[in-house]
Amino acid sequence: MHARAHVSRKALAVLALLSAAMLVFSTTVGPMSIMWQDSLKVLLGLGSAHGGAHLDTIITSIRLPRAVLGMLVGAALAASGAAIQGLFRNPLADPGLIGVSGGAALAAVAVIVLGSTTLGPLIAWMGPYSLMLAAFAGGFATTLLVARIATSRSGGTSTSTLLLGGIAINIITGSGIGLFTYMADDAQLRTLTFWSMGSLGGAMWEVVLAAGSLIVLALVLLPRLARSLNALLLGESEARHLGIDVNRVKYRVMLLSALAVGAAVAAAGMVGFVGLIVPHLVRMTLGPDHRYLLPASALLGGLFLVVADMLARSLIAPAELPIGLLTSMIGGPFFIALIIVQGRKYRL
Amino acid sequence: MTLALKHSSPGTRAFGARFRKAPPATTSSGGPVPGTRASGRAAHDVAMLAARGVAYRVGRHTLVEDIDVEVVPGRVTAVLGPNGAGKSSLLNVLTGEASPSAGHMTLNGAPYAAWPREEVARQVAVLPQKSTLSFPFTALEVVMMGRIPHSSGHARDLDIALECLKEAGCAHLAERSFPVLSGGEQQRVQLARVLAQIYSDAAKPLASARYLLLDEPTAALDPAHQQLTLEIARRQAALGLGVLVILHDLNLAARYADHVLLLQNGRCIACGETETVLEDRRLSELYQLPMRVIDHPTRSHKLVVSC
Repeated sequence: MHARAHVSRKALAVLALLSAAMLVFSTTVGPMSIMWQDSLKVLLGLGSAHGGAHLDTIITSIRLPRAVLGMLVGAALAASGAAIQGLFRNPLADPGLIGVSGGAALAAVAVIVLGSTTLGPLIAWMGPYSLMLAAFAGGFATTLLVARIATSRSGGTSTSTLLLGGIAINIITGSGIGLFTYMADDAQLRTLTFWSMGSLGGAMWEVVLAAGSLIVLALVLLPRLARSLNALLLGESEARHLGIDVNRVKYRVMLLSALAVGAAVAAAGMVGFVGLIVPHLVRMTLGPDHRYLLPASALLGGLFLVVADMLARSLIAPAELPIGLLTSMIGGPFFIALIIVQGRKYRL
Repeated sequence: MTLALKHSSPGTRAFGARFRKAPPATTSSGGPVPGTRASGRAAHDVAMLAARGVAYRVGRHTLVEDIDVEVVPGRVTAVLGPNGAGKSSLLNVLTGEASPSAGHMTLNGAPYAAWPREEVARQVAVLPQKSTLSFPFTALEVVMMGRIPHSSGHARDLDIALECLKEAGCAHLAERSFPVLSGGEQQRVQLARVLAQIYSDAAKPLASARYLLLDEPTAALDPAHQQLTLEIARRQAALGLGVLVILHDLNLAARYADHVLLLQNGRCIACGETETVLEDRRLSELYQLPMRVIDHPTRSHKLVVSC
């Protein structure tokens, strides 16, 4: 433990430095090539880039908010994935699996489609927060519903019924999203399609700030549950015997995960598999201790999504690949490999 | 957990230790006692984990009915009975996992429910029958989790964890990944974890009495490790811990338990000192199998044989 904790602390420092470097680097990539020295100078407020003030605008108003949003969304998905996997003691669990993403998506789609009609003024007044809070509420409501379905009369919660409940909820939210898609007009349909494939293209500082405030809140509070999540991995009654209020921990993990995932889904649409791949990679290298797993997953998740977004922007330039498609292309085969290699080990 | 005790082999262990009474000065001083409504009966139950007339029912089914148990510091109490007799249900009630449908429970003189759950965790540790941990923690990390209820600092916790690993005979497994250990090794690492949870310095007297509840700890073990596990239980009792252990092997109970509780259909049919409870007729009727209790050829405890 001693050795591993030491390595973990170093890894966190390295990941933090890499993230900062990647933030600078990502502002240099795009149709307009910018020197990293120029980017650094502008980002640190030390002057403006060679070649004109419009480069400054590209850096600070287009590329930087996009990179920051990528980092936030990646961190939110990866950290809540890690927490949910701990909660269900299953390394293959994903925010999508227990209905957080499904519920968040349904609520967000409802706001997009109904937004222009009934709730128009309210939504206009709330700005980007309307989509975020709706997604959070939807994600949390479905999570609570799943937990309610899975809680037995004696008060305990079984993992298998919870996962089955999640599947059922996902079927319902899927049909709900389908219904709203059917109802949508052409303009809304384009938004929905764009959004359902995931993209960081909508990154304006307004959106980044709204998503960031919710995601940072969740990311700060989640690690406080790290030791309890460690104990939960031993089993629920074992955790209770260690003095942990299991139901309270579960409730808080669900709440914070829904908050982070809701904000991420509202800001960037459906970006799948980050919550599955990233915690898995961290666990393989640093071990399953949530005190390191949660912050390391957040950092690596952010890094992962920023790099994925750079690829999405440059692979078929000048067009742009939806980032959700890209992560799913990587994540799908990864998931299958994981099932084959690990499925039996974790008694799925 | 002193070194002298640690290396005593079954052969050299002082027989007197089996009947060592609880060290009253150190264990009955009692910690902070929550709740002010101390009935006369509760005062009587100071420094023990006691259940009085407890029952546990699920729907129309009665799993446990009107049982008295005392887990007393310095004593090993074995719970015996055929399958379905209610042993595990009784343990669930004692650990707070299931709340009793009737009767009441006290821990160190105060009603069980009045203790905050972290306080209970510092006084009562439970070894489950089977471990379900499938995440790649090292054995040492698993044992360190036993220190979660305490705030004794990382360095101290590490010392305690290493000592408990050694006590459970698995110091060599410290850096191994838990899920790939054998069933028996996993069980010993889990034992080290619960020992770390209620660890008490040999040099320092306990602030309040502590208890170790073991649910069939020998199920996954070979005969040598069965003996080793119960040796550890005995040693911990000698250090002032109250131990309750569910067993299937009557001879392990005959050798290591001070007291025995015999269960049948959720009821206690006999309870008392091991020698008096383990008796030919009673066992034969309970297990529906002719049995004799005879003297061990070389040791001073009894032996149960079917005939």
